[in-house]
Amino acid sequence: MSLLSAVVGLADDALVLGHRLSEWCGKAPFLEEDLAMANTALDLLGRARLLYGHAEKLGGSNEDEYAFLRDAPDFTNLLIYELPASDFATAYARQLLIDVFDELYFDALQGSQDDTLAGIAAKSYKEAVYHVRHSSAWLLRLGDGTDESHARMQQALEDVWGYHLELFENPSADVSLVANGALPDRAVLKAAWSERVRELVERATLTVPAGNWSVAGGRTGVHTEHLGFLLAEMQHLPRTYPGVNW
Amino acid sequence: MIDRDLVALETPEYVARRARRDASDFREVFDLLDAVRDPELPELSIWDLGVLRDVRKDEVLVVAITPTYSGCPALDVIRQDIVECLRIAGIDKVEIEDQVIPAWSTDLMSQAARTRLRSGGVAPPAPHGAACPVCGSVSVEVISQFGSTACKALYRCLTCREPFDYFKEH
Repeated sequence: MSLLSAVVGLADDALVLGHRLSEWCGKAPFLEEDLAMANTALDLLGRARLLYGHAEKLGGSNEDEYAFLRDAPDFTNLLIYELPASDFATAYARQLLIDVFDELYFDALQGSQDDTLAGIAAKSYKEAVYHVRHSSAWLLRLGDGTDESHARMQQALEDVWGYHLELFENPSADVSLVANGALPDRAVLKAAWSERVRELVERATLTVPAGNWSVAGGRTGVHTEHLGFLLAEMQHLPRTYPGVNW
Repeated sequence: MIDRDLVALETPEYVARRARRDASDFREVFDLLDAVRDPELPELSIWDLGVLRDVRKDEVLVVAITPTYSGCPALDVIRQDIVECLRIAGIDKVEIEDQVIPAWSTDLMSQAARTRLRSGGVAPPAPHGAACPVCGSVSVEVISQFGSTACKALYRCLTCREPFDYFKEH
């Protein structure tokens, strides 16, 4: 049961962030960036589908039920994934923190005792390496850009910073899974993550936020007010026309 | 006639795939499936790409495939095309199995597939990076790391100025 809920949590993370990125399609600063955000969104939706597929084999529901027929308190994604990003800088501040985490996390998850998770991790790791390259390029371009872009990227980092600590918490239900090697220990990834992010942020002439606040709750279904609106849009069609094919 | 220069360049991953295909009891099915192309890269078959992993018989014929990128939308079309291709050949009952282990990699591609990509105007994956598929120059620049599909990036040749797709090393 707890491996199932851990897999669904990882799937929810990928689905929700994939949806957030897809909201930029048609609104990015130029065509190539539209493609980049849509491509990254597709990688994340693909990862979510592989993970929901695994969850179904572990005795869970199917992917459509997970994505479209649950309400906000049933979603267990971490809060950083669901934050809205109406400013492009916010989208990439969040993306960078997550991409660096994903590279470390999925690298470690390749060693999972669960073969399917290890296989999904191998794909996700390669994709994450590519995503970091892109999000760190934006961090540098906006941070070391004009006064305006610098100020907005700094503000974006400040705005999302308090949500990153949740990435390094092991939910109590996962403790035995970490102990038996099914899942990596999130807490031990923190040092490498902090070092990498500090280096990228400083290279972009930005300042690592002081970090004196934090928000958590996603894994237990306690969400920000934003998730409900995201789900309302994402779930509209299958909720309004149950069983519809499109 | 086997091109010995090409054979010497094949990756160990491709050599292993080829040996498994040649030793398979379902060589005819592999041959039939050579007709199934990638909808986005019609110069390549699903065998060329490394998407076609294995064919075996459980209760029904099982075709094992692997996704290139996690969210590649071409995979749904490929599934339908496999079923259709085998139905035309008189095989009605087919099961398609998704295998994520080991993860797909461009190392699964043959040299012949890379040559076909190049002649289709797409720079094939290479450890040292993209070379212009038109003039062969390695003096190139990235226009966008993300191209028209998940597997490609957009480049420009600085020698002949041609913009081109690069099938990313993965």
